[in-house]
Parts: sequence; C-alpha cells; structure tokens
Amino acid sequence: MGSARPGGVARPPSGRRGGTDDGTVSVTSVPFWRDVKKLGLLAQVAAAVLALGLTAFLVVTAFRGMVARGIPFTFAFLGAEAGFTISEGSLLAIEDGRLVWRPFRPTDTYLAAFVTGLMNTLRVAVIGIVVATSLGVFVGVGRLAKNGLLSSLSFAYVELVRNTPLLLQMFFWYFAVFLNLPAAREAAAWYGGLIVSNQGAFLPWPRVTGSLGPFLLVLVLAAVAAVVGHRWGRATARGGLFGLVGFFVVAAAGIAVVGLPFTLSYPEMGRFRIAGGTTLSPEFAAVLLSLVIYTAAFVAEVIRGAIQSLHAGQTEAARALGLTYGQTMRLVVLPQAVRIAIPPIGNLHLSLMKNTSLAVAVGYPDLFNVYRTIGNQSGRSLEGVVIVMIVYLALSLLISGAINAYNRRVMRTWGG
Amino acid sequence: MPQLSRATTVRAVRLTLVLVLVLAGVAAAQSRLDTVMERGRLICGVNAVNPGFGFLDEATGNYSGFDTDYCRAVAAALFDDPTAVEFVPLTGGVRFSAIQTGEVDVVFRNTTHTLTRDSENAVDFLPVNFHDGQGVMVRADLGVTSVLELEGATVCTNQGSTTEANWTDFVRNQGWQGGQLLTFEDLARTFAAFHGGRCDAITSDKSQLVGVRASVDDADAYVILPESLSKEPLAGFTFQNDSTWHGALTWIVHALVQAEESGITSQNIDSFLDSDDVAIRRFLGTEGSLGAEFGLPTGFAARVIRHVGNYGEVYERHFGEGSPFPIPRAGTLNDLHSRGGLMFAPPFR
Repeated sequence: MGSARPGGVARPPSGRRGGTDDGTVSVTSVPFWRDVKKLGLLAQVAAAVLALGLTAFLVVTAFRGMVARGIPFTFAFLGAEAGFTISEGSLLAIEDGRLVWRPFRPTDTYLAAFVTGLMNTLRVAVIGIVVATSLGVFVGVGRLAKNGLLSSLSFAYVELVRNTPLLLQMFFWYFAVFLNLPAAREAAAWYGGLIVSNQGAFLPWPRVTGSLGPFLLVLVLAAVAAVVGHRWGRATARGGLFGLVGFFVVAAAGIAVVGLPFTLSYPEMGRFRIAGGTTLSPEFAAVLLSLVIYTAAFVAEVIRGAIQSLHAGQTEAARALGLTYGQTMRLVVLPQAVRIAIPPIGNLHLSLMKNTSLAVAVGYPDLFNVYRTIGNQSGRSLEGVVIVMIVYLALSLLISGAINAYNRRVMRTWGG
Repeated sequence: MPQLSRATTVRAVRLTLVLVLVLAGVAAAQSRLDTVMERGRLICGVNAVNPGFGFLDEATGNYSGFDTDYCRAVAAALFDDPTAVEFVPLTGGVRFSAIQTGEVDVVFRNTTHTLTRDSENAVDFLPVNFHDGQGVMVRADLGVTSVLELEGATVCTNQGSTTEANWTDFVRNQGWQGGQLLTFEDLARTFAAFHGGRCDAITSDKSQLVGVRASVDDADAYVILPESLSKEPLAGFTFQNDSTWHGALTWIVHALVQAEESGITSQNIDSFLDSDDVAIRRFLGTEGSLGAEFGLPTGFAARVIRHVGNYGEVYERHFGEGSPFPIPRAGTLNDLHSRGGLMFAPPFR
C-alpha cells in the first residue's frame, strides 16, 4: 500500500513480479485496475478529455449564443480607422517606406490603437519591474539592518503599503498628490526648465536639429576606443578603467570637431499647455509610482525571508573572518538569498505586469484602457477581450520564461 | 472613495460576466418579456454617477433621475409596481456588453443613438427620450468664451462615449495641433480630474455638464460654452432580434409622450378613464386590449401614468425650474411636436 505513491515515484512493479537472481524474469500479467502506471495514464487521458470537452462546450455554446443574438464574431474591425485619440504613447509605423516612431493619430487603425496601448503597458511595466525590484532589495535588507531607524522605517513602509489595496494607492497618488500640484501657469520653473505641475512634469529635452551621421560615427569610434582601452588595460594588468577613459576621450574629441547635433528644447508655457521639452504625464507617474511602491513592499518581504532562511552561522562566520557588514551582504548573504528569492520575485513581476491594467482608473492609456475604448467605439468587445487576454498571456509567459532562464543560470553558477 | 472602489469591483465582476455569460450561451428560445414576467421584476441598467439622469444616493441607496424613471415606468407597465426594479449601475464602457450578455433586461443610460452602435453592438434602440447636444465646460478664470478658442487645450471626457469621437472629429476639422484628450471611466472621475486642474476643459452632453456643475460648491467657477458640437439623441436600448420585448418597451416609452399630448397626468388620470374619446379609452385600457399582442397587460399605459407620470411630469421632476439641475424645455427639441419640439408618439390604435 505504502509504495503506491502517485506519479509513480516509488517504481511500481508494473507487469513484472518476482525477478530471480539469475536474471530471468517471470512475467505475470497484472489486471490493469491494479497497475499504477496504466491507472495514472488513464487518469491523465480522462482529465485531458474532460478539459478539452469543457473548453469545446464553452466555445461552441458561446458561438451559438452569439449567433442567436445576432452578434458577429470577426476581427475585420482591426483594419478600420479608429477615429479617437489616445492621450499619450507612440507606436512603430511605416511611413514612406521608413520605420518611424511616432504618436498615435485618429486616422490610424484599431490595430495601431492596440499596439499603442501595448507600448504604454510595456513602458510602465518594464520601468516598474526594474525600479520596484531595486527598491524592494534595499528595503528588504533595510528591514534586517542593525540601525533601528532604518529597520523600523522599512517595517512601517512594508506594513502600510502591503496592507492597503493597490487601486486605492493609485487613486491617492493621482487625485490626492499629482492633481494637487500647482497648475501649469502657476508652477515655478526650476533649474531653468524643470516644471512640475498638475498637468505633468516638463523637462528640457534634446531635440535633433543637426545631422545625425557624424555624431553616430563619433559614437562608434568611441565605442571602439572603449573596447581597445579595456583590452589593453586587462592585458597590461593596469585595471579595467581604461575602457571608460578611452570612450570619453575619443567622444569628447569627436564632439569638439563635429559639434552636437542636438539643441536643448525648453518647456514654455503656451496659452493652455506647456510646449517643448518632454512631458511626464501625471497619469503615467501615478501608475508607475503606485505599482513600484506597492510591488517593492512585497519584494522586500521576499528578500527578507530569503536572507532569514540562511543559517545565521553564515553571517557570523563572514564577520568573524573580518568582512564588513557590506561585504558580508554583498559577497556571502545576497548571492545565496538571490537563489531562494528568484522564483517568488518572478511571480511579483508577473503580478506587476498584470496590475498595470488598473491604470484605466486614472486614465492612463494602457492596453486594457485602450481596449475599453476600442470595444465601445467599434462594438467588438468580445473580440477585443480575446486579443487582450492573448497579449497578457504572452507577456506573462515571456516574463516567466525569462525568470526561469535566469533561475537556471543562477543555479548553474552557484549550484543548486 | 468607497464609491470608487465599489465601481471597480462591479467592473471586475461584470468583465467576468461578459465572458461567463457569453460562454454559457443563453438560448434565446423565448422572448425576454416572458423571462421578465416570470421573474417578477425588471433588471435595468442605469447610470449611477450622473446627477439628473441616473444617480445613486450613497446615503440611502436610492437611484434617482430621468432615466431611472423610465425603468420605473417599464416596471409599472408590467407589474403595476414601479418599485419592481433592480438597478444595475453601468459605466459607459460596459453598457453594451451588459445587454449582449443578458446581464440586464434593458438599459436606460443617457446613450446616444448612432449608426455604428445600432449595427456593431448587436442592440436595438428604443425611441429617443431626450435630445441633447455635446457641450464644453471650462474654468471661468480661463477667460474663454467660445469653443473655437480651445486650440491646444487638454480636454477630459468619458471613455467609450460619442463625445470622445466627436471631439476628435472637431479637432481634426479645425486642423488644431498640440491638444490632448484624456478619457476616464465615468463622469465622476472625469469631473474629478477636471476639478483637480488636470484638464482645461471637460466635454460631454450638455445635460451632464449641467448636472455636475450644479453638484459642486464652486459652480460659479465654471462656465458652459454656448456652442453645441453635435446632436445627441439619447435613448434606451435592448437586445437585437427580440421584437416582442423591443416592441413592448417601445410602446411604453411612447406612452409617456402620448399621455402628455392627451393632457393626462398622474393627478387627473381617473377623470380620463371613462372619457368620451374612444382613442383615450383605448389608450388607457378601459376599452379593448391594446398591447396584448406584445404580452403587455391591458391598461399598461394607465399604470405608467399613474405611477410615474407623463413625459412632461418626468421632465419637470428632474430638469424643471425647481429641480437641482434646471434645463429649460419650452421651444427646445424636447418639447412636444405640437409646440415645436421633436417629442412625438405614433398613434395608439
């Protein structure tokens, strides 16, 4: 009885019984209902048939229901003109045979609108994942710090943020913080150009005014110098800084010769809006900030748990060897903690990506928000939902694939 | 805040429903009218955040407004009980899915009748019950007196609205550059963003602008610009291809206008029951059985008038002089056809 563990871990005696010492095996047939292997296979087939059948049933009834209601199911609308605007975000488009990166226009197709929404989702998710993870590691280490102020601040942050809903935090950042900044025409311009207002943050931004070719050539030359410098530094054992030095020397010399093809464009107040420079919209800022602050609290807990799961002797031994606290963390504790922390942090990245869909609440045009407009303007809600689900699924699989690949590498490097 | 988080929960639940219900595939063997009669109450999709049209009073849990009275009128016609209604708050973005999935029986939610909505959303519209136009509201201290001065402005509006597309068309027609259009889930949030200074102007149906403007303390700080950018005929809608249910609803909506044409009100209806006019007796159900082919009870119009009133009474209750959001009616499209408006009921015979 005890050996019949599911999944065949305990090597079931399938189909054979009573092996003898001289190698001959007397094969006696076992009835299939007592054969663990066959039973397992049968159960899997039954489960697969059930799942496929259920899916097929749902899909078929969905289509029958839609036919009965006279609702067509077609993706032809994707090629039609959208006719609405999206407040921010750009897409890759082909214009006059050239690939350009430009803002969405009302004459673009619904498909282009989906792409713009996806770009906005990626923008907030990618930045959010990087920043939230870094912040979370700091806070997680901070919670275990000897410094009482640091550890209790980290504790307060984690508990406050982790225990309130993300949506509420998003509202707070948007309506209570960003919209209460001074109005654009009353906002002061700091450092000659930075304007922070309730219509967004505006900062000076380089704008291409000259020819890009010579400048790009200088960059390539500088990169070559960097590689050569690095190799030389390594070969002569003078350290790796020569790469950096080489890059800057060549780049500076080159720019002195050809000049910069950019001029700084400064934000200036127009009749309604601030023109020039670049804009960080309050919607984007609210979504990004709330996602980062919320997710970082969870990352911090994962990091703390991973560190605490290491034997205290590790730290004690490292300190006894004369390593400083920072060195102990960097060389002994964190490399081991990372192995434990990677899978759960991957999950947090997944949920951050999916949580971007809350952006609709503060008017940030992410994929889900744009889908809602598309669904309503075109009437193709169900088709839209199918597209959105497939895209989120693909993004999730992409993230978990990347995390798994990274995890395998870490396991190989430091052993499992 | 509690209202906002609830709206989100509702949205999440509804999105699930969109899938589950569509996937579950409701067989349309019988008319929705039979379903509603068996259930004994009407499930009516309304606006919950638009003062004047459909508004949920958070303190009492009561819905009030012009559109919600149409839900009550349908319940009165079917069950002789205007309270036999279950209101379902819908945002602009999900109102059509709510009908497509069968979550609600009918939607009265200040919705503009357009060709695309008729053809693409698989819904059938009811007669227009309010003629509106798209307006623009700005902060008074901006010094703007015409819509034509708004080049480059940031404008806020509701997501999934005709106003969203109309404003885009308007900007394109004018050839304006540099402006921005921000969309939010519902009027409450759109107005919160406008109120917070995120946008220079807010655009929506004029009646909605009147409603939100009246609901804030500093109403004088905002002006509604004189122009109308579009015609917005607002109407209820229900399932496509269910002509029994659609017909019943259509004639309930017409009944309110017919009552006003005939001068019948909730107060004086009893004096009309034995009117000398055959047409009026037929309309009120004291003679014949008008509407029986739809499955409507005899005298459905009388029930509507008794419980909810005629069109003029409903209008007066929500947009009249004494109401919180007065919108003048005399001489506008919402007046009776006999007084130069567009409100008209085909003959009840």
